[in-house]
Amino acid sequence: MSALEMDFVRRYPKGAEVRAALSLPAEGVTVLFGPSGSGKSTILRCLAGLDRPQEGFIRFGGETWADGQAFVPARQRRIGMVFQDHALFPHMTARENVDFGARDGAAQEAVELLRIGGLLHRKPAQLSGGERQRVALARALATRPRLLLLDEPLSALDAPARAELRFELRALLHAAKVPAIFVTHERAEALALGDRLAVLAEGRIRQLGPVHEVFSAPNDLVVARVVGTENVAQAKVLRIADGIAQVQVGQAVLSAVALELYGDDCYACIRAEEIVLERTATGTTSARNELAATVVAVSPEGPLVRVVLDCGFRLVALVTVSSARDLALAPGARVAALVKAPAIRLVPR
Amino acid sequence: MDLQALRLSLLLATLTALSLLVIGLPVSHWLASARFKGKAVVEAVLSLPLVLPPTVLGFYLLVAMGTKSPLGRAWVALTGHPLAFSFAGLLIASIVYGLPFAVQPFTAALSQVDPRLTEAASTLGASPFRAFFRISLPLAAPGIVAGTVLSFAHALGEFGVVLMVGGNIAGETRTLSIAIFDSVEELDYAAANTTALFLLGVSFAVLVAVSLLRRKA
Repeated sequence: MSALEMDFVRRYPKGAEVRAALSLPAEGVTVLFGPSGSGKSTILRCLAGLDRPQEGFIRFGGETWADGQAFVPARQRRIGMVFQDHALFPHMTARENVDFGARDGAAQEAVELLRIGGLLHRKPAQLSGGERQRVALARALATRPRLLLLDEPLSALDAPARAELRFELRALLHAAKVPAIFVTHERAEALALGDRLAVLAEGRIRQLGPVHEVFSAPNDLVVARVVGTENVAQAKVLRIADGIAQVQVGQAVLSAVALELYGDDCYACIRAEEIVLERTATGTTSARNELAATVVAVSPEGPLVRVVLDCGFRLVALVTVSSARDLALAPGARVAALVKAPAIRLVPR
Repeated sequence: MDLQALRLSLLLATLTALSLLVIGLPVSHWLASARFKGKAVVEAVLSLPLVLPPTVLGFYLLVAMGTKSPLGRAWVALTGHPLAFSFAGLLIASIVYGLPFAVQPFTAALSQVDPRLTEAASTLGASPFRAFFRISLPLAAPGIVAGTVLSFAHALGEFGVVLMVGGNIAGETRTLSIAIFDSVEELDYAAANTTALFLLGVSFAVLVAVSLLRRKA
């Protein structure tokens, strides 16, 4: 049974329109992914009860949050929301922020979960970006929310803090055992945090599915444009030595630069245009990964050709039309696929 | 200095400022948060006392309080006294005249509060009432205090409307500024100067206080 069901339209005075039709289970993290202006925040605000859809319905569990007549305001929905800029109350200490909407004992649990015990006497202005982030999440969790809504909560942080919190946030969201909807336009965040991915473009939800599936197999050109031409494969870290990780991807073992790894499970991301194809493996190349591959499919894409390969896992490469002709690429042809170790981006899970 | 007039002026200014706080806050909250057609008209009406000659406003208030108007008749029926030329009438006139001096700074201060903060409060289960008193009001406090101080100072020195609506009854409607006028009429420049200097000092102190509050906001 779906816990959260919605099919609504929210219109803006100047003609823009966002339509969301989704049905989500009451567990795990759903990422709403799309470029800015695609309607992500609008959907989140309607779910929070901060905006009211003009048409359609939102149901959560057995409750109707919005339909033609009814509208349950934000304060009665028992949701937790983390805003883009955190929206901490500047005149209150961290403790007063966390206590503001807290239910019996939940404030203490949230403080412990987020390890902010040492920060509670400080005001938001005296906290770093990452600390503010934690306090904002603790404040949301202290209400014992039934659904957690996060609106690009990492975007206010600098890059190193973002990478660190990304990984931590996933563990926290799972530890909190609250279903969450996470809005972002960062692929790394979507990959690291999501169990499911809903891709938004031009005010519509275009595709919903497991994160790596949506990234590797977009439904249509619009989704492909949003998620980019990227291979995303589930990978397992076998070992790391001298900053290079050996990862198992399908039947193949790849070498990749280990930039930020905190666990064994990760996604290996390879941009299709960075894959070099050769007729036969030479064995003498600077590329650390030389994979024997069979061409599965070839399809032209403007000046480029999209080549689907089987090299122990599914890999998509983009080459020019002339390269494809020179290599005589056709289904069944055997080639070598070269991928440099730095071209493989590992996103920890 | 006319101590009776001083007491009356202080009482009038205090009651006016407190009344404007009570009336002005909900009005300003509404103006700062709501979006509706005709908002410009409402804002213009509330600002009218800023540009209207005090005699014009005073004249209409006097007519509205007269025994031929519904308000004037209701007041007589309720209290047995006419409203015009009484302290109560003076207070009402002073509140109407002082409205923009409270509402404009209140609205400006409340508009400065990030709407996300009150939204965050509502997602945390707070009623609009609680969100206003716990979030908006404390964050807008310097502007609200400044507005209250300004409306106090303005009521303390008001002349034209007071003269139109209240006249010049000692102990009932003769305020400090009326007392200055009286002194000058009687060619008692020394008395006029004492009272005038006092009002000058108070006004200056108030402006310094308001400016300090603005800097803090």
